[in-house]
Amino acid sequence: MEFLSYLINGISLGSVYAIIALGYTMVYGIAKMLNFAHGDVIMVGSYIVFIAVNQMGMPPLLAIVISMALCTLLGIVIERFAYKPLRSASSLAVLITAIGVSYLLQNLALLIWGADPKSFTSVVGLAPVQLAGGRLVISGETIVTIVVSAIIMAGLIFFVNNTKMGRAMLAVSEDKGAAQLMGINVNSTIAMTFAIGSALAAVAGVLLCSAYPTLQPTTGAMPGIKAFTAAVFGGIGSIPGAFVGGILLGVIEIMSKAYISTQLADAIVFAVLIIVLLVRPTGLLGKKISEKV
Amino acid sequence: MKKAMSLVLAAAMAFGFAACGGASSTSGAASTASSTASGAAIKIGGIGPLTGGAAIYGNAVKNGAELAVEEINAQGGLQFELNFQDDENDPEKSLNAYNNLKDWGMQALLGTVTTQPCLTVAPETAADNMFLLTPSASAVDVIKEDNAFQVCFTDPNQGVASADYIAENGLATKIAIIYDSSDAYSSGIHDKFKEEAATKGLEIVADEAFTADNKTDFSVQVQKAKSSGAELVFLPIYYSEANLIIQEMNKQGCTASVFGCDGLDGLLTIEGADTSLFEGVMLLTPFAADAQDEKTQNFVSKYEEKYGETPNQFAADAYDGVYTILAACEQGGVTADMDASAVCDALKAAMTQITVDGLTGEGMKWEATGEVNKAPRAVKIQNGAYTAM
Repeated sequence: MEFLSYLINGISLGSVYAIIALGYTMVYGIAKMLNFAHGDVIMVGSYIVFIAVNQMGMPPLLAIVISMALCTLLGIVIERFAYKPLRSASSLAVLITAIGVSYLLQNLALLIWGADPKSFTSVVGLAPVQLAGGRLVISGETIVTIVVSAIIMAGLIFFVNNTKMGRAMLAVSEDKGAAQLMGINVNSTIAMTFAIGSALAAVAGVLLCSAYPTLQPTTGAMPGIKAFTAAVFGGIGSIPGAFVGGILLGVIEIMSKAYISTQLADAIVFAVLIIVLLVRPTGLLGKKISEKV
Repeated sequence: MKKAMSLVLAAAMAFGFAACGGASSTSGAASTASSTASGAAIKIGGIGPLTGGAAIYGNAVKNGAELAVEEINAQGGLQFELNFQDDENDPEKSLNAYNNLKDWGMQALLGTVTTQPCLTVAPETAADNMFLLTPSASAVDVIKEDNAFQVCFTDPNQGVASADYIAENGLATKIAIIYDSSDAYSSGIHDKFKEEAATKGLEIVADEAFTADNKTDFSVQVQKAKSSGAELVFLPIYYSEANLIIQEMNKQGCTASVFGCDGLDGLLTIEGADTSLFEGVMLLTPFAADAQDEKTQNFVSKYEEKYGETPNQFAADAYDGVYTILAACEQGGVTADMDASAVCDALKAAMTQITVDGLTGEGMKWEATGEVNKAPRAVKIQNGAYTAM
């Protein structure tokens, strides 16, 4: 029974990682850049919901929609002003810029909202499910997070494979130059990718803060790094890979906390990552692309 | 970016200070001005987190100390000038703040507020022979050097006092502990609590840790506490994480009561928190704002009038700290024109001779080691406020 309970906690934590990792992998897969500011867009999204619900008294659903819209805008603005001018620069330059944007967002949040941790009120109205006479409790947040991340994964796969915009994204990810020759607007395709990634970040932020109800300017940082790990673990660029990687990472983390040591959990998680990358350098579901010389 | 940020904050603080000084009173402003010329006021530096996750503590200390300094300056006699610097609860920034204060001409340090920065600053003060009185940094190592004294209990004393309190009041016999193993404050209390619990016949049924990098998910720790059948969960940690643990306990249907130390002070001020979950939480704190004695009531009403909020233990510790420095200065014959090292020698000798009746304890006395002697008290959260137990 305890094992089952740990497993559920692990899947719950993992689905939060998964939903963040989807945003990472989406941007990496198409724009071929690591958007380290993703975790901080999550934080901004959470603050918007917090203010809308706690201070302005809006219904949670409306707050989430507003937060998604503003995060989409934020993502497009970041892409336009920080990343687009560096489109032809080395990938290292873009990476450093992304880290800069991440610090910029954290410190802006510090100035605007202050550093006192806020207690986020869960937006999930679902009552916890009690099984086996209360010994096994599955919280509403857990159920919603798992369902939402599965829906988002399925939606993204459908979008990328079956819509015109999605196929344009696939083309851009394979070869920007060739895609442009085929009449695809590369800039707007990449901007679209950031818009979707940032909207996902808003949803991820709400679910993250509903499950772990504390909010401060650094809230997105650690989950962001863990989710990035999950994306690499599952094979960065692969949408199902991010989902599987996220869930596995959560389960490994909780299981090592439960059965090995609560203090060594992070060390174990990253050790597993190293082993996976040694055995399968492209991650669990990553595709190996052979370059023709 | 961080550096630029801290500069901006420091500048903002300096402005805040100028504003405070100007607003306080004409006599206060005059004494500040004249002190730079003739050195009439003793310069007291303060360091603590005014921003960041532990900001509640730093701001409370700053406010409490300001209030005490104003009262003392209004009485005439020895005059004080306070300069309080932000350290964001970061050891490196704390050291920078200390160096700034030395440049300003500080003669005694009230601080630092939190343990980790204080462990960095304290050895520096010893090397400079600068008197250090921390209102609230509670690790033993903070007062390792002979120039350092504490207003609050040391961590081990809090751990021992908590175990004693739980045993003597029959609060529980089966106890679970959840603590931060990456934090000196938390693990210090934890270690002594465990030792003392064993001698008092308390059974530790679960002993779980977390670390600074992994402090949002407490599902496992709470699950283990719940399945161990603990009647009470002991949380020698800070309030941000305690809030998450208490919410997780509620989510998992864990009904054990919660007992913590002074780190839990601040729970009720978290924005957006569902304070009904905190009902019945007990914490060891030397100060309860609803105590009926004249001293406390006087302090609380003045504080509420000036800052618009109820003072917590840290404000009271700081208030007592300033009065302790005053008592020691009077005892040791310290004047404003002495240099910091001479002030330190005089205060060190005076500290063991004085007795201070403060907000946080009657008849506080100090050992040469820097430890304070006073009786522990606990409060319980009832109807959203502290109630003496």
